[in-house]
Amino acid sequence: MDHSAAMTLEGGPVEPGMGVPNLKLGMWVFLLSEVMFFTALIGSYIILRAAQPEAFAEPGVVLNVPLTAFNTFLLICSSVTMVKAFAAIEHGDQKGLRLWLLATVAMGACFLGVQAYEYVKLVDHGFVPFAAGYAAEGGALYGATFYTMTGFHGAHVTIGVLALIWITVRAFMGKYTRASHGGVETMGLYWHFVDLVWIILFTIVYLI
Amino acid sequence: MATTSAHATAAAEPHHEPSFVRKYIFSTDHKVIGIQFLFMSLFFLLIGGLLAGVIRWQLGWPTNPDMPLPGGGLLPETMVNQGIVLPEFYNSAVTMHGTIMIFFAIMPLLVGVYANYLIPLQIGAPDMAFPKLNMASFWTAAPAGVIMLAGFFVAGGHSGAGWTQYPPLSANPEFSGVYMGQQLWLISMIVLGFSSLMGAVNYVTTVINMRAPGMTWFRLPLATWALFVTAVLILLAVPVLTGALILLLFDQTIGTTFFSPEYGGEPLLWQHLFWFFGHPEVYILILPAMGFVSEIIAAGSRKPIFGYHAMVLAIIAIAFLGWGVWGHHMFQSGMNPTLGMGFMATTMVIAVPSAIKVFNWLATMWRGDLHFHTPMLHAVAFVGMFVIGGLSGVFVASTPVDIFLHDTYFVVAHIHYVLFGGSLFALYAAITFWYPKMFGRMMNPLLGKLHFWLTVLFFNLTFFPMHNLGIAGMMRRIYDPNQYEFLRPMQELNTMISIAALLLIGTQLIFAFNFFWSLFRGEPAPANPWRANSLEWAAPSPPPHGNFARTPVVYRGPYEYSSPLSVEDYLPQDDPPAEGPEPVPAPATSH
Amino acid sequence: MPWLPAQVSTFGGEIDSIFYIILVITGIIFLLVEATLLWFAFRYRHREGRKAEHIHGNWKVEVIWTTIPFIIVIALGAMSFGPWARIKMLGRFPAPGLEIGVMASQFEWMVTYPGADGRLGTDDDFQRRNQVHIPVAQPILVHLSAEDVIHSFFLPHFRVKQDAVPGMDNQVVWFEATEPGEYELACAELCGTGHTRMRGTLVVHSAADFETWYEGATQTAN
Repeated sequence: MDHSAAMTLEGGPVEPGMGVPNLKLGMWVFLLSEVMFFTALIGSYIILRAAQPEAFAEPGVVLNVPLTAFNTFLLICSSVTMVKAFAAIEHGDQKGLRLWLLATVAMGACFLGVQAYEYVKLVDHGFVPFAAGYAAEGGALYGATFYTMTGFHGAHVTIGVLALIWITVRAFMGKYTRASHGGVETMGLYWHFVDLVWIILFTIVYLI
Repeated sequence: MATTSAHATAAAEPHHEPSFVRKYIFSTDHKVIGIQFLFMSLFFLLIGGLLAGVIRWQLGWPTNPDMPLPGGGLLPETMVNQGIVLPEFYNSAVTMHGTIMIFFAIMPLLVGVYANYLIPLQIGAPDMAFPKLNMASFWTAAPAGVIMLAGFFVAGGHSGAGWTQYPPLSANPEFSGVYMGQQLWLISMIVLGFSSLMGAVNYVTTVINMRAPGMTWFRLPLATWALFVTAVLILLAVPVLTGALILLLFDQTIGTTFFSPEYGGEPLLWQHLFWFFGHPEVYILILPAMGFVSEIIAAGSRKPIFGYHAMVLAIIAIAFLGWGVWGHHMFQSGMNPTLGMGFMATTMVIAVPSAIKVFNWLATMWRGDLHFHTPMLHAVAFVGMFVIGGLSGVFVASTPVDIFLHDTYFVVAHIHYVLFGGSLFALYAAITFWYPKMFGRMMNPLLGKLHFWLTVLFFNLTFFPMHNLGIAGMMRRIYDPNQYEFLRPMQELNTMISIAALLLIGTQLIFAFNFFWSLFRGEPAPANPWRANSLEWAAPSPPPHGNFARTPVVYRGPYEYSSPLSVEDYLPQDDPPAEGPEPVPAPATSH
Repeated sequence: MPWLPAQVSTFGGEIDSIFYIILVITGIIFLLVEATLLWFAFRYRHREGRKAEHIHGNWKVEVIWTTIPFIIVIALGAMSFGPWARIKMLGRFPAPGLEIGVMASQFEWMVTYPGADGRLGTDDDFQRRNQVHIPVAQPILVHLSAEDVIHSFFLPHFRVKQDAVPGMDNQVVWFEATEPGEYELACAELCGTGHTRMRGTLVVHSAADFETWYEGATQTAN
């Protein structure tokens, strides 16, 4: 069978590892678990909707699709600016980094603002998460699943915006250089993930 | 946070003595955090054991005023009235025995303690990839435990919906009579989920990135392999539970209706989510145990583990297949019976990798030189008990037989053979095996053996007859079986089981005494008391902050026992080979 | 030692025989493995001057002890498919001789019988609390439902168990009694404080007795 004495001396011992910094690897690993969290929420939505189709209204009846389409566009743009920020610091462009980060923060915050506005309008319409007082089209499950999924996504965006502000402050303090900018890259991973989740949510909650 | 460059520096830095608080309370040292988890989970093991005592007292002498619950007077009258355990408290005891044992005792013992303590030592790293996150992981788990315990003291009592928390019973206080306790249960579990997640991110990153030079994937000790795969399972399974817990908490607090049928919710959705997490969880609770046992049986047999690669493949196979079997908890739940057939097929198949592991342990002992020290005794007993737990699983995997056995004591017997006979025996093996490394002292071998033999005896007297109760149809989670005529003849056996169970609980005091007594009075331990090969034994006992004086270099796998290359019957992983390239040992003779 | 309760349904024997087949197979494996374990523990215990053999493994035996358990469990699974389908799959149910409704709630079983028209869900239905009366040798179809929480309809002597889930009103379960007599109906799913006393009685009548009981019951119901 195998003999573990092989692979030692010739050429020296093997240096293991992924060749990826811990922080970045840790973020990837964390995002895997985030995928499972949103899978649980989205999966529940799909199962409930399949079981109780009459509890859910047709797209556009309750939800303001054009408004959210605009919001989706905003979030996608913020992913682009995040990429630009990363590209800038890879070339050592401090000014570019700061500007693109600011743009990302601004768009993230706008997304949250639009979502808050949307929530207020929906509640006015009687679209609430709980059974008592639900007055919109469809049934209480519709409200419950909608607010749970978009709410947890919104919480992720909020955390993202706060983290981005922190990164931006550090960028203004000149903490990132061409050689060392792992924070920006890791932030970018999270931000793109949150964006990706939103595209899925927008599709299944608003469009289908 | 540190990156890979921290590899050697931590050990080399001359560090001044940190304050008591930094050293023992808010420490970022993976070994201290592991030991913190050890004390916390041993405390919860005690609580869980006492709750088991309450359950067995009621079942042994149901509602009998002549046999008042000892110490029952200390509990409020809403739990125990004139020595009689009330049904409300009985349900809470059943629920909390399961919850505490699974989530606050066994899981943190296996993962919180040993993933923290062993992974960096076994891979030759100075610490975890994210030491601060590691500290946060413990300091999230501890409040979760406090919240969970608080549930006993609120009005309405603690949750009584079973550890599986099936709604609507768990969702609607009108049906359970439990208000605050139910919410505290959910909040505690959500908080604990964050702790597990932080730990898992750390373990996975550390194993991938922090291995010492020469520590290739197939030179990792099986304990680290098992803990790594377990961390991946935690990472993927726990968020699903967290999601489900949040939905249930919303149902209880803000009035959503995910699981409440009167507004279109689906009670079965909870069961799917719970078991989608819950079955991987079952393997989270056994894989590390299998890893520890592999280490200890190899060291105790002075022989390389038989079929190292097959063992690794079996761990990975279990982790993969574990995602496709959750429906076997739901055969009688009203789930489509055709789905049940699919789940039966996958469930049958998942028995195979476990069988492979058992055969490999046996083959490791074959032609070995067996040293039956306390850890080895526990490890060998693990194999014997786990076989019973595995085989009884085949009965309930068969859907028609499960119609009868589902929700009976047969299932209770099955889970205890796996979780107590399996995981807890492996933990006793692990605690006694790594105790000298952790505390620099040996545990008393005589007390260790006494504890072992009595535990084996009382364990089997307690749980083996439960198979019979189940086969005779006795339902689980039932307060007083004598309500049923067909269960009345079983009272004698129930009383016998209760006596054995109380003796089993009492026996654990020997272990507790040995544990604490040896902390102060145990014989000082050498660096490598079991003459084992993996890297943790290369560090002093206990290892200093930063673990290794210099980063170890790994030349071979961890199981080179009785190698012809060495005069001794072991050959540590970091022992530099003799001059010139090591001769390739002759291929193992095929017998 | 307590053992399987007496078995009085048409498919109970089938379930019991699968149980016994698994018992024999796992029993043999159990004895072999435990005997080997004990034998090795004794035979290879430490003796002065002996050294363990340096063996890393053998792929041939790995393949063997992967294949054999695989074949065994697949065979056990295959054996279980037929009975499971006959017992639980709607399409395979026999034509019922009597249909009844059972509504589980905390902590009782409300049994609904069809009235004189022989159909459930009509005005002449009548109910009995915790009392199931059925004729022998007739397939009985039970429409299960639950009012509040999940309960489980468990007839130990008939090898019948099915959860009653609130909101799922199409749950059906069938069985056919082979012996007249009085048996117990239990709740097998933790359903709250009174779970332990959620007990019902199932009376299996001979055909003639059932007629008499049914006549009497419909009379008093009207």
